[in-house]
Amino acid sequence: MQTNNTIEESVPVLEISDMTQRFGGLTAIADFSVSLGSNSMAGLIGPNGAGKTTAFNLVSGFYQPTEGEILICGKPTAGLKPHKVTALGVARTFQNIRLWNQMTVLDNIRVAQHGKLEYGFFQAVLRTGEYFQCEERIEKEARELLEIFELDKYVDEFPTNLPYGLQRKLEIVRALSEKPKLLLLDEPAAGLNSADIQELIRLIRWIHETFDVTIWLIEHHMDVMMELCDDIKVIDFGQTIAEGNAEHVRNHPAVISAYLGDDNI
Amino acid sequence: MKSLLQRYSVQLFLVTLGGIITYLAYQEAIGLYFLSVMMFMGVNIILSTSLNLVNGNMGEFSCGHAGFMCVGAYVSSILGVLLFSKDKIFGAPLLDPGLAVYLFPLVIIAGGIAAALAGLLVAIPSFKTRGDYLAIITIAANYIIISLVENLGVIGGSRGFMGMKKVINAMRDTVDLPWMVIWVFIFTVFTIWLLRRYNTSTFGKGVSAICQDEVAAEIMSVNTNKMKAITFMLSSGLAGVAGGLFAYIIGYVNPGSFNILKSTEVLVMVYLGGMASLSGAVMSAMFFTILLEVLRPLQIWKWVIIPLILIIVMQFRPEGIMGNRELSDVFPWMKRFYRFK
Ligand SMILES: Nc1ncnc2c1ncn2[C@@H]1O[C@H](COP(=O)(O)OP(=O)(O)O)[C@@H](O)[C@H]1O
Ligand SMILES: [Mg+2]
Repeated sequence: MQTNNTIEESVPVLEISDMTQRFGGLTAIADFSVSLGSNSMAGLIGPNGAGKTTAFNLVSGFYQPTEGEILICGKPTAGLKPHKVTALGVARTFQNIRLWNQMTVLDNIRVAQHGKLEYGFFQAVLRTGEYFQCEERIEKEARELLEIFELDKYVDEFPTNLPYGLQRKLEIVRALSEKPKLLLLDEPAAGLNSADIQELIRLIRWIHETFDVTIWLIEHHMDVMMELCDDIKVIDFGQTIAEGNAEHVRNHPAVISAYLGDDNI
Repeated sequence: MKSLLQRYSVQLFLVTLGGIITYLAYQEAIGLYFLSVMMFMGVNIILSTSLNLVNGNMGEFSCGHAGFMCVGAYVSSILGVLLFSKDKIFGAPLLDPGLAVYLFPLVIIAGGIAAALAGLLVAIPSFKTRGDYLAIITIAANYIIISLVENLGVIGGSRGFMGMKKVINAMRDTVDLPWMVIWVFIFTVFTIWLLRRYNTSTFGKGVSAICQDEVAAEIMSVNTNKMKAITFMLSSGLAGVAGGLFAYIIGYVNPGSFNILKSTEVLVMVYLGGMASLSGAVMSAMFFTILLEVLRPLQIWKWVIIPLILIIVMQFRPEGIMGNRELSDVFPWMKRFYRFK
């Protein structure tokens, strides 16, 4: 699934330059820069409270950065509400699963197409041709996607009735249903047992190979990150303390001290 | 044949029901008292289903529904009197009173549109605020509307406004039918139809997404501000329609009828019926209307008994009688007899 357009390929999917976010006196993330090319997979690690989720919240438009600039496929996100950033091609999951739990699995995918609906209020209540066409298409695509990810037998279930691992998976599928160019996964392995983690690693790898998507992954677990990404950034207290491939990062003294505490050095 | 019947069963049922009620009213087979109870039932159904959209489906806590009812009541009353009847203040009718019978629904809808615009009073704050703070804003909106009307001497201030009976009489002079019964029935059906279609579309399910997780809704491409604006305006617009009908049923309005107590009444109906259940809101509005009549001899004591019922329901069934389920979820066999499009 390569694009022929060479110009488009040279523009990074995500480009962050010198991004800083302060909450009152606390600098959650400082002078952060990153550039992710199309179809790449990169990682962001760091101890709890390092500022990883904040970075994702900034990219997805929940906060406007105090300083710095974020470009999605070359387009600045400054001043955009999150749903507009999503329309630029960003989708994400959350550290604590945020599915709509009183909606069926199918509806969770359907409602995620809200920004792409080709009808509005009046067409919805008048049930025009556009309405039926659009609803039919959305339902068909949602069912197909759920089938690809072997969630089709749960279409009419509520997410809370699914095992935890499948809830995580469903949230990733919901994000993918946006057809994003950039997929942000915030600690997808959190709360999973080791068998589930192995499956998750396979799933993420498969998504990356199959879909035309750039993946940026936050993980608390070093091992998951080591398995998946060659391009890893480590942050601690908002500062970027190391970057490089798995081997380099693992042996970096600043990383070891951040993870194990200074006493262990 | 079966599927054809199934497809049109709801329409068939409603037309028959409406026809029977109209015929009985026309023949004066139903007493005036029962007729007015039935009409209030319709008004209450519109009020409870429309508030349920905000408090049940969207999960906000609006407690100023009567304020929007007030806007609709006054706008359609004044418009009707201005257009179709001779009035002390407004003078001769602007249009031929013979047209009243045709334009009456537009008068009611105009009241609804005005109320929808008044709904922006809470819709816009809801972009930034939610929960308790928004609830306080809705109460404030209710007070603002009532105080405005109380201080507008031209439309009667706190003494109220009347003249709507003349409009109804003009309608009956042209075509002799129990018009209010007919229009209350039609607008009640229209409200349920509208809400049902809104709630079951993917577009309208964005409202439930906001209720269940607003952050996820916004990130999953739901324009939450737009959806809140549409939903608040739809809800308050329908309250305005209910207000217009209410005004023409009674033939007289005064701001005191639309105070917080009235808003509370609607809240009780919604919470009794169950949050986010359309059929629950319909049934509890019907039940509540009857209850009010049964308890009428108790006068002010009914306001001890009704809240007590609410406390008991909340104790033993906090999700309301229906929870968030529809009648057809509780009795799946019902789905065999109708189909919704
Ligand atoms: N909205 C906010 N207001 C104030 N402080 C915040 C906010 N969001 C995050 N923080 C703080 O920023 C720091 C980084 O948080 P976060 O990005 O969630 O860390 P993590 O790397 O564990 O995901 C923490 O100290 C957190 O308390
Ligand atoms: Mg985090």
